[in-house]
Amino acid sequence: MSKQVVSLNRVVIRFAGDSGDGMQLTGDRFTSETAGLGNDLSTLPDFPAEIRAPQGTIGGVSAFQLAFADHDITTPGDVPNVLVAMNPAALKANIKDVPRGADLILNTDEFTKRNLEKVGYTSNPIEDGSLEPYKVHAIALTSQTVEALKGFDLSKKEAERSKNMYALGLLSWLYSRGADGTRSFLNKKFASKPEILAANLAAFEAGWSFGETTESFSVQYEIAPASLPGGTYRNISGNPALAFGLITASQRSGLPLFLGSYPITPASDILHELAKNHHFGVTTFQAEDEIAGIGAAIGAAYGGSLAVTTTSGPGVALKSEAIGLAVSLELPLIIVDVQRGGPSTGLPTKTEQSDLLQAMFGRNGESPVPVIAPQSPSDCFYAALEAARIAVEYRTPVFILSDGYIANGSEPWRVPSVDDLPSIDPDFATGLNHAKDDGTEEFWPYLRDPETLARPWAVPGTKGLEHRIGGLEKADGNGGISYDSDNHDTMVRLRQAKVDGIADTIADVVVDDPDGDARVLVLGWGSTYGPIGAACEITRRTGVSVAQAHLRHINPFPRNLGDVLRAYDKVLVPEMNLGQLAMLLRAKYLVDIQGINQVRGMPFKSTELVAAITAAIETLPGKTLHAETL
Amino acid sequence: MTDTYASLSLVPKTDIAITAKDFKSDQEVRWCPGCGDYSILSTVQGFLPELGLARENIVFISGIGCSSRFPYYMNTFGMHSIHGRAPAIATGLAISRPDLSIWVITGDGDSLSIGGNHLIHALRRNINLKILLFNNRIYGLTKGQYSPTSEQGKITKSTPEGSLDYAFNPVSLALGAEATFVARTIDSDRKHMTEVLRQAATHEGTALVEIYQNCNIFNDGAFEPLKDNDTRDDVMMRLVDGEPIRFGKDNEKGVIRTSEGHIAISETTRIGHDPLLVHDAHAKDPGLAFALSRLSNPRTLENTPIGVFRDVHRPSYDRLVREQIAEVIDKKGPGDLQSLLNGSDTWNVV
Repeated sequence: MSKQVVSLNRVVIRFAGDSGDGMQLTGDRFTSETAGLGNDLSTLPDFPAEIRAPQGTIGGVSAFQLAFADHDITTPGDVPNVLVAMNPAALKANIKDVPRGADLILNTDEFTKRNLEKVGYTSNPIEDGSLEPYKVHAIALTSQTVEALKGFDLSKKEAERSKNMYALGLLSWLYSRGADGTRSFLNKKFASKPEILAANLAAFEAGWSFGETTESFSVQYEIAPASLPGGTYRNISGNPALAFGLITASQRSGLPLFLGSYPITPASDILHELAKNHHFGVTTFQAEDEIAGIGAAIGAAYGGSLAVTTTSGPGVALKSEAIGLAVSLELPLIIVDVQRGGPSTGLPTKTEQSDLLQAMFGRNGESPVPVIAPQSPSDCFYAALEAARIAVEYRTPVFILSDGYIANGSEPWRVPSVDDLPSIDPDFATGLNHAKDDGTEEFWPYLRDPETLARPWAVPGTKGLEHRIGGLEKADGNGGISYDSDNHDTMVRLRQAKVDGIADTIADVVVDDPDGDARVLVLGWGSTYGPIGAACEITRRTGVSVAQAHLRHINPFPRNLGDVLRAYDKVLVPEMNLGQLAMLLRAKYLVDIQGINQVRGMPFKSTELVAAITAAIETLPGKTLHAETL
Repeated sequence: MTDTYASLSLVPKTDIAITAKDFKSDQEVRWCPGCGDYSILSTVQGFLPELGLARENIVFISGIGCSSRFPYYMNTFGMHSIHGRAPAIATGLAISRPDLSIWVITGDGDSLSIGGNHLIHALRRNINLKILLFNNRIYGLTKGQYSPTSEQGKITKSTPEGSLDYAFNPVSLALGAEATFVARTIDSDRKHMTEVLRQAATHEGTALVEIYQNCNIFNDGAFEPLKDNDTRDDVMMRLVDGEPIRFGKDNEKGVIRTSEGHIAISETTRIGHDPLLVHDAHAKDPGLAFALSRLSNPRTLENTPIGVFRDVHRPSYDRLVREQIAEVIDKKGPGDLQSLLNGSDTWNVV
């Protein structure tokens, strides 16, 4: 029986269930099939910090949201068109985000009296009419899975575990996704457990057939491929993209990659990804603590490696003193901070942008460190390359501020050709560089390049260049210990000038104002790029002009940033903090920045940004409303 | 795995004759006159030429404290880092550079207080580092507070009524932290220190050398019973591998195993020399070495062993890291960047 096929432009699905229900895997598989069909997509995993939170509770709900479309999209969507809820907790935790008219696929088997009471339902929402505004598909997913697997030699509990594959099969049918990728994925994953493999495949097929035959779904949907620029694509999330960027920087510089790291959410996947790639000459060192992680990286940098430490906010706090040492030693070092909710342990699995001021100023003394931020999952690759360039060229630690949203979220990435990527020249010191009064030559470890102000990188083993460096203040040029007050003043200013001078090598900030007459600029940094872009587009569709710009470099800022800010009547800065970039901009440019701030642990919704942008435009002095809005 | 691996086999040799003088840097040494650090510096500078290594392949890394100024005075590569972190920094260098001879200079506060974590983890991993722990049982650079090796009841500026915390015994600590090489020596005994350094230098992995060092400003005479001609032989036992453990002016005392299985000091005049325990630094089980480290009285220093407590073979961590990487490259071939970036699941858009 074939059903009517309806074409859609864009769909947002949210899979939600208990932590043990396999929702992240289900989401990943659906994403992979969707990517293969050429749709543009964006994903948002959202899971609890506990590995196995108490079963059936709100706190234990794990969700995965995915938006896919026949056009270019930048966010995983504000609200889902379809919510798959594997239990009452998943329904309760997510229903507030679901708009009227959306589809709810509910696993009735789990809507038992006990499970309902556990999350505070006094009656069954499937039966009490409270879900009337939605299209409810009440399906006994668990028992139908068990029924489908009757012929297998599995316990009931084992059979029930395949219910996520049943749900995936159903959704795959509903949105005309393929099955080949999932089949080969399962084949690989359960190669050594043929019974489990067969069961999962059977559950997937059963879910698919159920969609075809059930009357609960009268239509099937299809979403045409998006028209993206030509090339080879893959799907990628931020943490592996960042790891790939680091490996690429190592290959393009000829420097062996060394990672010193201590496990921390949500940064550990970078350690995992690099550990899988030792055959690129990558060394991964899981240290005894955060300080040892960066300490080992500093030691490796001293020895001539491309050295990296990866962490999240609490780890940065512990590394602060060592970052100061790297500033003083002027050695190349990349510090990756995948930000999460703070302060203290905060919200380990939720996103935030609240480490910006820590990265800028969280050290003793005048201790400038360049800061750059990726704007999307795939952009983490290019941010890592850029961080490596600055670190090596300027002999300085560099911060990369990623965050939980782009670290775990994914999007299609047009894979670059390796030959097109820039190379990095380590330019190691090989000889003496300074003539003494008597004409003999010596080595000065702090004699700077006149253009970049970078000092020579002279690694142990280089004959004739033996020298001592340390955290004590050094004499300008020869690098010996110096307590001279004027020398200290000079050195502090030199270190600052070196970092400020990086602005000579970074691109101007580019403003996107298609109408050309915008009076309000929305400026962002990091992972807010997607939501801001979507909000600006929506705003423009209502006939209102608005300009958008996004910062890759936060320290130093691009040279033209002051002029850009001053060209607008109003500058809005959305941030997932209480106004940290806004504070920096106000201090440096004396521009009256208006912040849009939230710290709910989730990315901005485009709609809330549209509301804030529209409100800002409407309150402009002497505002003349656009023709269409009159 | 080869057993012939020595810690220095991958370090290039010097092609010119070098002497102690070549290891003196142009920096003026700024320790207090009379400090025990001077004799350690001069002993190290006097010893290094015999290793025959290229000077540019030797690195000294220190933390913070009086002893940690040491690298500035060595004409090698060197880093004066931050408090307690020298073993961590040296670990990164040792893993990535097998062609270096790396020495960590630290003190009792630096290594046992603020840096305790890095010390124990370097020891258990067996990183190819030689750690010289200058133990003066006091904080010198901050002007005289008690340290984690100060005896309980120590009167200092920060403990006017006497310190309350119990002291670490660095040798016991190291043995408990799975160390493969642990030794103790004294700043004033150049010959003994040189012999210990010699054994430490060629050991594969982490060698911890505790050096009793006198701070003549804030803790003068802390080790006097071990130095004074009248008391020295009576309180200090020199551990020599393969020799009975005995001491006293006429070897009238020795270490025996009691019927309960403990060890104890006995009089050879009464029992003779046959029952004495023979020192075996290479014993697989660290039990006896640990028992020996517990013999001394932390207050009076009676029954203090010096010498090499333990020297056993275990592959160093850094060597295992390099071998593992080589094995992976052997198995998978060197990485192909383009196929890494592409991954296994791509699609084409025209």
